[in-house]
Order: sequence, then structure tokens, then C-alpha cells
Amino acid sequence: MSVLLDKNAKVICQGITGTAGLFHSKACREYGTKMVGGVTPGKGGTEIEGFKVFDTVEQAVAKTGANTTMIFVPALFAADAILEAAAGGIKLIVCITEGIPANDMAKVNKILKGYPDVRLIGPNCPGIITPGVAKVGIMPGYIHRPGKIGIVSRSGTLTYEAVWQVTQLGLGQSTCIGIGGDPIVGTTHIDAMRLLNEDKNTDAVIMIGEIGGSNEEEAALYVKKYMTKPVAAFIAGTSAPPGKRMGHAGAIVSGGKGTAKEKIAALEAAGIVVAATPGEIGHALLEAIKKSKGKKSAKPKPAKKKK
Amino acid sequence: MKLHEYQAKEIFAKYGLPVTPGVVVKHLSEVDEALKQFPQGPWVVKAQVHAGGRGKAGGVKFAKSEQEVHEKVSAILGMTLISPQTGPEGRLVRKVFITPAVDYVKELYVSVVLDRVNRTPIILASAEGGTEIEELAVHKPEAIFKILIDPIEGLHPYQARQLHLRLGLPQESINQGAKLFQNMVKVFMELDLSMLEVNPLVVLKDGSIHCLDAKVDFEDNGLARHKDYAAWRDPDEEDARELQAAEHGLSYISLDGYIGCLVNGAGLAMATADAIQHFGGSPANFLDVGGSASQKAVTQAFKIILSDTRVKAILVNIFGGIAKCDVIAQGIIDAAKEVGLSLPLVVRLEGTNVEKGKELLAKSDLKYTFATSMDEAAKAVVAAAPAGVKS
Repeated sequence: MSVLLDKNAKVICQGITGTAGLFHSKACREYGTKMVGGVTPGKGGTEIEGFKVFDTVEQAVAKTGANTTMIFVPALFAADAILEAAAGGIKLIVCITEGIPANDMAKVNKILKGYPDVRLIGPNCPGIITPGVAKVGIMPGYIHRPGKIGIVSRSGTLTYEAVWQVTQLGLGQSTCIGIGGDPIVGTTHIDAMRLLNEDKNTDAVIMIGEIGGSNEEEAALYVKKYMTKPVAAFIAGTSAPPGKRMGHAGAIVSGGKGTAKEKIAALEAAGIVVAATPGEIGHALLEAIKKSKGKKSAKPKPAKKKK
Repeated sequence: MKLHEYQAKEIFAKYGLPVTPGVVVKHLSEVDEALKQFPQGPWVVKAQVHAGGRGKAGGVKFAKSEQEVHEKVSAILGMTLISPQTGPEGRLVRKVFITPAVDYVKELYVSVVLDRVNRTPIILASAEGGTEIEELAVHKPEAIFKILIDPIEGLHPYQARQLHLRLGLPQESINQGAKLFQNMVKVFMELDLSMLEVNPLVVLKDGSIHCLDAKVDFEDNGLARHKDYAAWRDPDEEDARELQAAEHGLSYISLDGYIGCLVNGAGLAMATADAIQHFGGSPANFLDVGGSASQKAVTQAFKIILSDTRVKAILVNIFGGIAKCDVIAQGIIDAAKEVGLSLPLVVRLEGTNVEKGKELLAKSDLKYTFATSMDEAAKAVVAAAPAGVKS
């Protein structure tokens, strides 16, 4: 088993006839993902590079049995695409699109509360991969290797960095979740940590965070209380001056809140090994695993069935 | 995108929010004309810069006579305004707003922002308004009311009435106050703002509520929906390199150091700057070429980095996902040729099409150091930057 994405995923791509949508649909298919088609309004009934194209998600689900979608729809229309997927019966929505207005995402967030069995990952994220099984996203497949390390991160390319270091250590990944860099995302650090904690195939977790917000601090509290697996982390933005927006809408330090220093302190207080440089993420993981050996955790299980 | 107060007030007026009109002047010679439009004093002369804390910094002055208006405009125009929000370098005042003074009995604070924890817009309001709101947030957070806003419906009328009374506003103006709070939220939502702030919101002698100041920040992601307002951008208030970068779909932020960085992805770009600092260097910028960087965009990114004379060495750190290493490599080669690159260059490529990218670099006559890991790259560029330039 793995988290969220396994061999039963039947995936469509919303925005499949766009350059990025098509490029990455092909890459996902090559990786082994069951890509069953795509959606572009107005192009239903056509075929592109072997992918069946539908006008709506509803049609695509009816004809292909799709349960997962990867969204590449342009930013100003992406919120609607997410809602269409949820209403159309999709259970796992992975929104790659960046630049969606925050107010749109606030609306989406409220409406998705009416779909408790739908999970949104992103937006503005690299997607999710269960190495050797399937990938739904834009990450380069070859840097991954099946294994038992779970990775969760707000950033895209920084996730690849962590993945690559784990692979080079001879370890592999169970599932890597890129949760996205926007202020409002469907799956937060704490959601992802909970999933990885409950996953039988995950032995240890790497959490990558960045300045801004308080998501990492909340996840640290969860780790302290419930996490039964070793956790290593890196927080980007130690060198960032306050008040400057560093590319991600999420990455902004304001009023001394959400600084790297604060976050690192919170993580360390939860027993997480924090890497001093991005190049040391792999070593931090090894250290976290070493540290946890010999001391069996007696943490309470979160209110879920036991492992 | 930030707006000036006078621009924000134009938007407020359009949405029925009570503001006092005024005139913007850029030269002392325009003052007489402004006074003809608003002959009734006293007046307030307000510096128009994209930063708060203007009052304490000497950028807002009261004038009782026409003569005094001239004096105050002359004092404020051209001054370098330094407030906690401008940084130590301050901001040059290029415009002032002349507006009739308003007599009021009470000052309050109201803003609308996005609340990341609750994932919805929120009103922050306090009966203790004026210039000390930042301090209030730190020392007396209980004096600030928070009202969660329904992201679809907006502020409900009952919430607006509750807020009015909680703020201790006059009972007789409850309906006017409620309408005002609702309209503020309407502006925030309809225009896809990232912040709307009125500090101070005031109670006039007749008990009515009035917006003495107005601050509006558009969220960049929503700006494409509001082209009319996008044209209101004041380039004088923004970093020239940041603007140039934005035009090419790049995200550039100027930092204080001497090592230029070109990276894909915001997280990796921040981490690269962190690594440079960790190994004893200092980054000159944050530059994210973004997901789908074209060759042209990369060339442009190089030009922007090189236009900064503080830069003594350059680090390219790319982990290809959407971005393809060969495209980036070709962009680097083109740019180096076009601008005659002579600075030390360290390149680290990994990810999509990395072999093609390496091959292109190797075949070119570009002089560079190739690094195979992030820490190695950071160490190499710190070592390559000429000694003695560390700012």
C-alpha cells in the first residue's frame, strides 16, 4: 500500500490539449500511470497522442471510470476545474496550476467541504508520486526509487532535491506529496504527516517547509504527540529578509511571524532532526533514523484503526 | 500590486465608501490650481508613497492657510521618507495629496486580509485605531476583533452590525456603519485584493463613520482580471529589476549580497540563497525562472542579474521538472555570448533532460564550473567570488 496514490488510480488530465498538460500526461503514462484520457471543453470526441479527449469531467468519468485528475487549466479557470472534478465524481484532485487567485481558492476550500471523500493536492504543486507504481504530476520520474521514506513538501524543485538525496543514499520513497506553495492548499503538512504516519509502507518521513504561515509549526505539534516514525526536515528561507515575497505567495515573513528560526525551533522541540543546509537533508534523515532506533515509541495512536 | 492612497480613495468612492476627495500634485507650481478646487481650509498634505507609517515619518502635515499648504508641500515633495515599512534607505516622495482636513472625534482601525489558518478572508478591527496598530497586535491582541468572512457570500449584514457595536460605534449610525463594512469586504472580494486597510477609520461629530485613509493591495494573481487597475501601477515605487523580471514571467527579488543566483522554483531558490549564506557567501538576489522557462526568459534572467554591478559570481541551480535542463543550458550559452560574460559561473543541473543540457554546455565555449550537488555548487561559487568584495 501507499498513500493516496496506488495502482488502482485511473487518471485524467484536465487541460490535456495544452502544451504542459500534454507533455506531462505523456510523461505520466510512460512512468506507468494509468492515464485514461483528458478533458478540454470544445475538443470532446477527438484524440491526442493516444489520449481520448472529453468535453467535461462528468463524461470522462462515465466513459473511463477515472477516479483521479491532474489539472493544468490556466490560473483564472483552475478553480472551476477543481470544482468540476469534485462534482464529476473524482476522488483525488491534483492541481498543478500556479497563480490561482487566493480568493478563488477560499471559495473552492469552502465548497469542497461538501465533498468529504474528495482530496485536493495543490494548487501550485509538483503533484504526487508513488515510485514504481504511478505518478500524477510534473516531477522527473527517474530520480525516484521505490522504498520506505515518505516525503512531504510545499516546494516543487526542493522536493526533487530531497528525493534525489534519498535515492543517492540507496534508500527509496514510499510516496512523495508536493502540497504546494500557495496560502490556501487542499492538503496541508499536517494532513500529509497524518497519512504517512498511518501508512504501513512508510518507515520515516522528510518534511520540507519554508518561511511564512504556521503550517510547519502545526505539523510539528502533531509529530510530537502522535508520530511513531522518525522525521527529518529542512526549512527554506533562513536568508530571506522579512516582508519580501519570495516567489511563492506562501513564502513571506511578516511581523516576525513564520520566520525560519521560529519554525526550526518548533520542529526541533518536536524531536525532528532539521538539516542545516539543503544539501544535508539526506544526512538529517539518516540521523533521525539512527536516533529513533532502540527507543521504542509509546506514543498514542491517533483515533484510527491500529497499524 | 500596491496603490497610492489617492488611487485607493478613487476605488473607495466608486464603491460608496465615504472618503474626502483631494488633489494630487507633483510640483509646487500645481498647488494653486489644487487650492482653487478645494478653497476651504484647513487642509492636510499627505506624502504618496507605497509605505505605511507616513505620519510619524513627517510625511503628513496639517496646514491652516494657503501659504502653509505651499510650505508643507514644499517640505514633503522630494523628501526621503523613512518609516518602519520603508527600510533604512527610505522612499523618495514624488507626489503629495492635498485634501481638506476632517474634524473627527474617534479613531479606529479596520482591515480585510486573507486568513491562512482559516483559509478565508477576515476582518481585523480595533477601537484603538491610529498609528500604533502594529504595537497593539503584539502587546494587546485582545483589542483586535476578528470576523471570519464567508468567501462566497461576503460579510453578512448581521456580522457587520455586530462589528459596529463591538467597536463601540454610535448606535444611531449602525446601518451606515454596517453598510460600510460590507462594502469594504465587497471591494476586497470583487477586486481580488490581498489587503484593504483603513487606518484610521473615524467617527465624525455627527456620529457618521468616515474613511480618513485608504490602502489597497491587489493580489498579483488576480490582477489579470482587473486590467483597468493594473494600469495604475506606479513604476517609480517599484524596483526596476523586479519589474523587468515580472514582464518576462520571472520572479526576481533584490538582496544585499554579491552572488547572483538563477534557480527554478521558489523553494529551491530560497534554499540556494540559504546554502550560499551558510557557506560564508551572500546572495545578491532571489531569481526564480519558473516552471516553464523559455530560452529567452533565461537569457533575460541573466541580463537582469548582470545589470547588478554588485554581482561578482553567478550560481545557476536547476532541478528540472517542468523546466528542461537543455532549454536552460541553451539560455545560459546564448546569454553569455550576448552580454560577454566574464564573471565566474557555477552551474548545477539535475532532472528533466539533464544529459542533453550537460552536453550543450560541454560543446559550447562557455567557461564554467560544473557542480554535481547543491552544497558543492554553493561552496564553489563562494570560493569563486573574488575576495574582498564581501559586503
